[in-house]
Amino acid sequence: MVKYGVVVFPGSNCDRDCFWAAHDMMGQKAEFIWHESKSIDKYDVIIIPGGFSYGDYLRAGAIARFARVMDNIHTFAGKRNKLVFGICNGFQILLESQLLPGAMLTNKTLKFICKYTNLQVENNSTPFTSECSREQILRIPIAHQEGNYYCDEKTLNSLVKNDQVVFRYCDEKGNIDDSTNPNGSLYNIAGICNKRRNVLGMMPHPERAMTERLGSTDGAFIFRSITEYVKKSL
Amino acid sequence: MAEYKSFEITPEVVAEHGFKPEEYENILKIMGRIPTYVELGIFSAMWSEHCSYKHSKPTLGKFPHRGKYVIQGPGENAGIIDTGTDLAVAFKIESHNHPSAVEPFQGAATGVGGILRDVFTMGARPVASCNSLRFGSLDSANTHRLLPGVVKGIAFYGNCVGVPTVAGETVFEDTYEENCLVNAMTIGIVEKKKIIKAVASGVGNSVMYIGALTGRDGIHGATFASAELTEETREKRSSVQVADPFMEKLLLEATLELIDENVMVAIQDMGAAGLTSSGTEMAYRGGVGIELDMDRVPQREKNMNAYEIMLSESQERMCLVAKKGKEKQIEKILNKWGLHAVVIGRVIKKPRLVIWEKGKIVADIPVAPLADSKHPLFPLKKQKGIKPAYLKDKSINIDPESMPVDDDPEGSLKKLMGSPNVASKSNIWEQYDHMVQTATVTLPGSDAAVIDVKNRDFMIATSVDCNGRYVYLDPYKGGMIAIAESARNVSCSGAEPVAFTNCLNFGNPEDPEIFWQFEQAVKGMSDAATVLKTPVISGNVSFYNEGKKGAIYPTPTVGMVGYIFGKEKRYARQYFKEQGDVIFLVGETKNEIGASEYLKVVRGEIAGPVPDINMKTEAAVQKIVRKGIKAGLIKSAHDISKGGLAVALAECCITGTLHGDRAIGALVELQSDIRPDALLFGETQSRIIVTCGKDNARVFRKMAAKDKVVLSEIGKVGGNRLIVHVDWSSQSKCRNINVTTEELIRLWSTGVNKYV
Repeated sequence: MVKYGVVVFPGSNCDRDCFWAAHDMMGQKAEFIWHESKSIDKYDVIIIPGGFSYGDYLRAGAIARFARVMDNIHTFAGKRNKLVFGICNGFQILLESQLLPGAMLTNKTLKFICKYTNLQVENNSTPFTSECSREQILRIPIAHQEGNYYCDEKTLNSLVKNDQVVFRYCDEKGNIDDSTNPNGSLYNIAGICNKRRNVLGMMPHPERAMTERLGSTDGAFIFRSITEYVKKSL
Repeated sequence: MAEYKSFEITPEVVAEHGFKPEEYENILKIMGRIPTYVELGIFSAMWSEHCSYKHSKPTLGKFPHRGKYVIQGPGENAGIIDTGTDLAVAFKIESHNHPSAVEPFQGAATGVGGILRDVFTMGARPVASCNSLRFGSLDSANTHRLLPGVVKGIAFYGNCVGVPTVAGETVFEDTYEENCLVNAMTIGIVEKKKIIKAVASGVGNSVMYIGALTGRDGIHGATFASAELTEETREKRSSVQVADPFMEKLLLEATLELIDENVMVAIQDMGAAGLTSSGTEMAYRGGVGIELDMDRVPQREKNMNAYEIMLSESQERMCLVAKKGKEKQIEKILNKWGLHAVVIGRVIKKPRLVIWEKGKIVADIPVAPLADSKHPLFPLKKQKGIKPAYLKDKSINIDPESMPVDDDPEGSLKKLMGSPNVASKSNIWEQYDHMVQTATVTLPGSDAAVIDVKNRDFMIATSVDCNGRYVYLDPYKGGMIAIAESARNVSCSGAEPVAFTNCLNFGNPEDPEIFWQFEQAVKGMSDAATVLKTPVISGNVSFYNEGKKGAIYPTPTVGMVGYIFGKEKRYARQYFKEQGDVIFLVGETKNEIGASEYLKVVRGEIAGPVPDINMKTEAAVQKIVRKGIKAGLIKSAHDISKGGLAVALAECCITGTLHGDRAIGALVELQSDIRPDALLFGETQSRIIVTCGKDNARVFRKMAAKDKVVLSEIGKVGGNRLIVHVDWSSQSKCRNINVTTEELIRLWSTGVNKYV
């Protein structure tokens, strides 16, 4: 069984949801990892969940990057080459910790937005999207105030060139333009990975799209991809 | 302020604390001496309307508050109902009107914080929040200031704590111009064996303080809430507290961990009147006393004295009674969450509240007269209401016959769809995280929100409702309808309404006319709730909601909670599903147009009569719809309320878009001897629009006939237009509605959203 570790910072609030997605929905092993924790090597995947780590009064993720667990996550993703998956606040923390390039601005509406969005899968050769087809459209909700992805031109070019843009906001037919961009993200970016493809950050919440009753099962594509990838490499 | 002890208790000081002369006489009798300044402050907070319910208590006793589901009725931090499993559901609604009128962001945010604490101090993890908001006209500058601020405040707090805000209502009426209403409700789930109450016991047990530091914010907040908002009270800005949702999240997790570890006897939020009320109430419920040492209370500001500490309403603080010898363990759990736990006093045998400061006793008051409304010296107000003059005025009711019949129903429908109280509020609720905790089955903007309960065979449905205009025009009927409609909304989801909480927002109760409104509304609510077998389990009274032009519309907001039972968890949403589905109208339309949204929006009239309601019919209509949903016969169910049948049909056509489904049209044929405007836009109660697949339609029709519920087939789902043909018997000319769903969506989604 795949061992998922879900990080809990003071102020994390999607930790229990991610645990549920991995444990109850995917039927895998899952445990919570307290933010002061030192030993994380036993896990196959680390999820950094959504929420407001340390209140996020300063800038989303700005304080969490200094947590003890983050040092270990650097090693986990670097030396050990294991999977790290940041969702929403988790993505913001990965940017602040420079595990992924770029930064988050406040949404162009200047407001918190919670609603379903459509994402186009741009790269299905990552461990997080291997069960998706290329250009598949996933219906997954967002819930954030700082999800307006930004980076300089050079970085964007390299992201595109290296196929690191994994998800882009689109409409239900796959059209990608300003009208299908909920928060003003550069290039409609909803999720990116690192060059080695073992660190993924995305603003939408796949753990919220796991059952028909909740409105979509598309989030399961991502959790299934991760699970299958790890099983194969075990 | 530090030299408060030298304050002489003059008649001015007494009056400043809001005491009536006879109340001060009672204090002298209780104390047998002139009270100290600290004691006077404690009496003032505990006897404020907000804490004492001195005007409302005798009336509130009339509510039904028992029933097979009730585990905890009114009088605790929150009420609790059984679910028939190992779990129970705790919930409560509370007002934060005055703070929000002065400082909308902080006022609304701290309102959410307070109600969350009320629920998790019972041991329950909050799973959903709702709110009921009322502002003045959508065109007024004050509304443009208040509305975005209140919404941002609620979002800021609820989103950070991670409790989804799943349902609510936002209403615009001139009457709320100077006194907006912000009512917040929270629902939580608790393991029955872990329910904890705010009852102190065990002489010698430590009283501990956890959470944020005490500052000078919110001193006399309870008194502030118990007076009319005037220029003078608006100056009391320091009465508004500052919100820290991160602290709340830590407190929430720490408190639930304390409950898991079974280390506490009792716990209570320091809400209105802070340490004063939490200490007094826990002691009173336990029949014991509490002794507190002010020097040990963690303070944020320098040189605070006992008076300020006892009356501070700094947020995110709780007071608990530890089990013997568990202090260290409590400290350890709080430290894990980066918080402190400090012993500030102990439980004592004599039932008194004793306050120490710098080694001296500065207050020593018997607990009972502070908290027991049955105590002979408690300042309970026995009042008599007088029927308000405005209700005796003939012009309060309109004579529909004097009005020409509407010859442009399509134009009227379009006007209504974009009008403030009908139009979509999606820009409001999309600012709330309404999906966190992955259990929101039916989203905001629906009759009722549905919350899944994982690994159990039930779901929770909830709806917050009140039509203040109805209550103003006819307090008794308005009160009944508030209960009936919230229950009807819950029934439309397939859930059986079980119990409710209420937030009774009224004007100054010392005015006999206002008091009459209050009594009548409560009577109406009680009568309706008795028939529906839905007791009240918690609530809050908010008086003194007045502006320059007088009192607000009496607004007894109801938060109804119900269950969807069964392994299949069958539920319905309000919108039309598939081409060819049969549309039924459950219930009977009467010739009623009074008090309607149509009269206000299209005819510019606010006048009665309020629609009639027969609770037996109401109960039968709700029951048949629930039965139909449970049997899997019904595909959609939508309550008919503001804007009548035509608006409800339009909503059925377009609200699927909120759930990622497409809009779909309908062809409806109405034959009636009722004039078309009343037929289309009148707000006759006890009506629900349902749809069934072709085969199931027959079965449902039989089911309704057997239960003797009036049911009429009015049309079919399909196409991309809402077409309504009205065949009115008194005239040969048809009055039709024929409008595309696209046009309906455009009108409906811009009416209010452009302002938020």
